Amino acid sequence: MTVTATSYDSAPLLELRKVSRRFGASPDLAARVSIALGVAKPPPVVYALDEVDLIIKRGEVLGLVGESGCGKSTLGRIAAGILNPSDGAVYWKGLDRAGLEGKAARDADLAAQMIFQNSMAALNPRMNIEALVGEAASIHGLIKGDRGAYVDDYLNKSGFDPTMKRRLPHQFSGGQRARVNIARALAVQPEFLVCDESVAALDVSIQAQILNLFMDLREQLDLTYLFVSHDLGVVEHISDRVAIMYLGRVVEEAPVAEVFARPNHPYTQSLLAEVPRIKPGKRRFETVKGELPSPLAPPPGCHFHPRCPHAYARCKTEIPVKKEIAPGHFSACHLNDQ
Amino acid sequence: MTPLLDVRDLVTEFPGEDGKPLRAVNEVSLQLNRGEVLGLVGESGSGKSVTGFSLMGLVEKPGRVASGQVLFDGQELTAIDAKTRRSLRGRRIAMIFQDPMMTLNPVLRIGVQLMETLHAHVKISHREARIRARDALGMVGIPSPEERLDAYPHQLSGGMRQRVAIAIALLHSPDLIIADEPTTALDVTIQAQILAEFQKLTEQQGTAVIWITHDLAIVSGLADRIAVMYGGRIVETGPIASVLESPRHPYTRGLIRSVPSENSRGSRLAQIPGVTPSLSRMPRGCAFRTRCERATDACAMQPEATGTELDYYRCFHSYEQA
Repeated sequence: MTVTATSYDSAPLLELRKVSRRFGASPDLAARVSIALGVAKPPPVVYALDEVDLIIKRGEVLGLVGESGCGKSTLGRIAAGILNPSDGAVYWKGLDRAGLEGKAARDADLAAQMIFQNSMAALNPRMNIEALVGEAASIHGLIKGDRGAYVDDYLNKSGFDPTMKRRLPHQFSGGQRARVNIARALAVQPEFLVCDESVAALDVSIQAQILNLFMDLREQLDLTYLFVSHDLGVVEHISDRVAIMYLGRVVEEAPVAEVFARPNHPYTQSLLAEVPRIKPGKRRFETVKGELPSPLAPPPGCHFHPRCPHAYARCKTEIPVKKEIAPGHFSACHLNDQ
Repeated sequence: MTPLLDVRDLVTEFPGEDGKPLRAVNEVSLQLNRGEVLGLVGESGSGKSVTGFSLMGLVEKPGRVASGQVLFDGQELTAIDAKTRRSLRGRRIAMIFQDPMMTLNPVLRIGVQLMETLHAHVKISHREARIRARDALGMVGIPSPEERLDAYPHQLSGGMRQRVAIAIALLHSPDLIIADEPTTALDVTIQAQILAEFQKLTEQQGTAVIWITHDLAIVSGLADRIAVMYGGRIVETGPIASVLESPRHPYTRGLIRSVPSENSRGSRLAQIPGVTPSLSRMPRGCAFRTRCERATDACAMQPEATGTELDYYRCFHSYEQA
């Protein structure tokens, strides 16, 4: 058993293997018959994720970056266990999550929690703060003793004044609701948090407070984060490693300093060139041409080739494979083969 | 030289719950020369958008511009009748909103909306208007503008819609554009495209711009001068470089330091404690004093502006200019 125990410990906290996710209407019988007869077209399918491999190690903060529609939220939801992949497998501490049963499955579900962007939509407007934070924990039997004290503890950890816990979500500001959402996620004692644009809607000064809170909690509670954001400044600040997505694929993955110092993929390069920084003095804003293509009909080969300044014939036909170009630095671009 | 826009002690009020008026914009003074870009920066509730609306005469009842002057090219805007105002709006002063769907009518084709704006101010033929509309779309970087004229707003992406809104604003080469967070809802690559087009066009046309935003990074690369608002007042203003490099007001300083950057990695961000108070609970005197680490009893008085008309701050305990 010792062998299993070590492999269990050395396994990454979460591993996605060739995970794909498609969204589309599933045709009913009549539709399937008419498609088979060729009188109707098959329903459109969105390719949100396309064979994504990703590893999240214990204790790290992985930043996941991309433009809207690139599939980063879908990936976050799959990592949190809210969505199931269409193909591929998710390994939780070295075990296939789809194969877990009973208590093991429940524990794995509880251990991964999600914090959403819209704090109002994520909280039941008719439940008070105490009920919201305590509900899941009491259902799962995590509260030994007084519920009030348990809830207070997590509200305090999240920097929310417990004396206001009888109030309803609409009575608080966006920053305070963000704290309630964090307390609620923490109340089931997770090991892994998926933050999907959790600070995007907040003012700069409040955003700084919440980002500091995330860093403090990481140390106190030994948490691992998947931090999904479109804001490169925030990701650069909080992450240990960064994965960059484009149209359903992870195109580059590297330690944060490495990716900002030496971006390899042309998409990453153009994305980083546009990180708005506080640098006084008028400057020319540079542009990547075009927009994100429709995920209903992604371009063949490398998805980025229609916008890429370096694209050549091979990019239009062959999907580039993610390769290690420096220690820990992976990139999926044909230019690295030349 | 007389400035293009000269705003003096502008006050915009909304009735509060107890009937007492609440000042969303409090004694705001601004000057803007032709071709100049002013970044108007603040967090939600600071009064930056209401300032923009007040200048455009778009404050809706029961809100009202209670006092102050808005001199636009020598003309007093707070006193003019609706007809004169309409002849200015869209022709000499234009506004771009955060959500282009607020500007665009969802049931009209893009071309119709552009031509409508043209016909409102100039007498030209339908044919000529269509050509000018097409050229305007081309100018803001919309591919195949001829076909796009017949598209409805919902058929365009968010970035394309915002381009259309900018094209409409630029149709009459206005002297002043008030842009209220026009790139906030867009992705970084699209935001950069829009900023590039906007920068190029306003420079070509010599348009003055008030760029309202919460994003210091955008303003730092776009504006000549900056005005920082808190609690309805301008707490600090000046040339962009000097304000960002050595802010004098504790709020400006806190705001700049709370933005995550390459230098803050791995360390805690400097944070401003607390939250922006609502208008009805705005502290007396300096509105920032409840969150300010330098505040003393003296701050219960309203600090006057220290400095010159275009370069000042309101604080009793300011930081030294480096």
